[in-house]
Amino acid sequence: MSTLEIKDLKVQVQTEDGPKEILKGVTLTIKDGETHAIMGPNGSGKSTLAYSVAGHPRYEITGGTVTLDGVDVLTMSVDERARAGLFLAMQYPVEVPGVSVSNFLRTAKTAIGGEAPKLRTWVKDVNGALDRMNLDATFSQRSVNEGFSGGEKKRHEIAQLELLDPKVAILDETDSGLDIDALKVVSEGVNRFRERDGKGVLLITHYTRILRYIKPDHVHVFVAGRVAESGGPELAEELEANGYERFLAAVPSGV
Amino acid sequence: MTVTETAESAVRSALEVDRVESHLNPPASYDLADHPVPTGREEVWRFTPLKRLRGLLDGEASAATLTRETTLPAGVTLSEISADEAVALGELGPNDRPAALAAANAGGALLLDVPAEAVVAEPIVIRLTGESVDDLVWGRLLYRIGAHAEVTIVLVHTGSVRYSALSTFLVGDGAKVNVLSLQDWADDAVHLGRDAIRVGRDAFVKHTSISFGGDLVRMHANVEYAGPGGEAELLGLYFADEGQHLEHRLFADHNAPKTKSHVVYKGALQGKGAHTVWIGNVLIRKIAEGIETYEENRNLVLTDGCQADSVPNLEIETGEIEGAGHASATARFDDEQLFYLRSRGISEKEAQRLVVHGFFNDLIRKVGIPSIEEQLLETVEAELAKNVLKVSADVEGA
Repeated sequence: MSTLEIKDLKVQVQTEDGPKEILKGVTLTIKDGETHAIMGPNGSGKSTLAYSVAGHPRYEITGGTVTLDGVDVLTMSVDERARAGLFLAMQYPVEVPGVSVSNFLRTAKTAIGGEAPKLRTWVKDVNGALDRMNLDATFSQRSVNEGFSGGEKKRHEIAQLELLDPKVAILDETDSGLDIDALKVVSEGVNRFRERDGKGVLLITHYTRILRYIKPDHVHVFVAGRVAESGGPELAEELEANGYERFLAAVPSGV
Repeated sequence: MTVTETAESAVRSALEVDRVESHLNPPASYDLADHPVPTGREEVWRFTPLKRLRGLLDGEASAATLTRETTLPAGVTLSEISADEAVALGELGPNDRPAALAAANAGGALLLDVPAEAVVAEPIVIRLTGESVDDLVWGRLLYRIGAHAEVTIVLVHTGSVRYSALSTFLVGDGAKVNVLSLQDWADDAVHLGRDAIRVGRDAFVKHTSISFGGDLVRMHANVEYAGPGGEAELLGLYFADEGQHLEHRLFADHNAPKTKSHVVYKGALQGKGAHTVWIGNVLIRKIAEGIETYEENRNLVLTDGCQADSVPNLEIETGEIEGAGHASATARFDDEQLFYLRSRGISEKEAQRLVVHGFFNDLIRKVGIPSIEEQLLETVEAELAKNVLKVSADVEGA
């Protein structure tokens, strides 16, 4: 059971010119076992949606609600949200010098599981998850994201998805900057996660390419801080053929 | 201006040694008149709260000593020598008043002798313990490491005292020396230390200064070279708590060609009035062609009310160098790092703990003395428990 419900979510950020509204009332429900793709042009607010749900302090919620299985998410701290079952695969994961991947993963798993994982099975699980992402065993001794290539960062994010086993995963442009081989590896990882019982996925992307490997149940076109149109996989095909022009034309100027 | 004075200044300007040393580091002299009592406005004293030196600058004679426990491997000797013998052995003279007072008042000096070609597997550990902050102790130590010897020397300072020490490391050609000085004093101790190292031709010296305790600690680590090919790695780690003043002053004097210096100091500060100072002076003389130098200081400010001063100085007198650079950064916790860790379910306090451990980890791994590395990780943990972890323990009742 896992339902992420976003209702009329409004979000602003502080800029030099005062507060700026980015999300202007987003409503979206991701039910049990569903994969939703959010597609949209740059600057439409897709990433803001991802980071707002995860609780990044930069984003100020000015209206609406977000619930996970009926429980208010917005009153939770960032780490409480993760422990409640939310996961955000980031587009630009930051370096944490001196903290090994192995230490980081174990600390995260312990925090989420409420107890330290059994050592023997855990080491096997970690090595397996890294291996499936084409990351060799020495990877776990490196500092988190330090000196990682773009592809390694994304594969590390998906390895975490597999190990931390959240209820709902938000993938923020996980496909960006990946070559085709890395894209396949990452997509396979996401698909393995989807095969588990009752997992929700919110896949944020600029391109249709990843949707050939991860088949969404629903596709939403995101423009100017709102869902402009929702549909099935056919909507992605239309975007692939015609781009975002139709949706951009519908947006009043000055927004 | 008299003719004599003009002639003298002409000679001075020809002698670059005199001119440049006066800029970055006062010239060595045993004569107390050359080291007047500072007012606090001098470049080398402006960061130091002089009142808290508690009489160390007055230079009162004292017979008090630190309790000394030493483990001496076979072949290594420790002996007492006279002041004259210390100078005759090539002691590097004092550059400031407390060091000159230490030379004047210590009576004699302690000589640690490692013979040439001795390869000493176990670290030589010297534990110096103070009895009371009422004690004023003057220390004078000389370390003579023979050519091609390999040795690790660990100094551990604990307890309470007001202590000023002049230490000289004379490192023979081709020797490999690892020195660690741990300042783990009680809260009220005052320690002024000057470590000067003369690196032999093709010798390698690692010198690590670690300061956790004490009310006021001011350490100098100076390096010069006896010939080309010498290499010095100067490491430091400090953790300043409420009201503590921890100051580390480095001077790499590239006075020979093809020499290297690499400096990395990292510090954390927590609590009101925690103050750290890092001064990294590097001088590349005309003769020092083909040298490499890099210095780096990073400070992590954990709470409000702390002050970290960080001043790299690089003076280059020749263009013919392999590389010279420096970096200095003082920052609070990186919000993006904390967000990333917390988005994986890790609590804020635990995330902060991870970041601080990570911050020091690389440096601790470089120390190269396994028994000490373990202890350092534990001490960092204990320091964090005072502040960063305190709230989480209260909240979680763990």
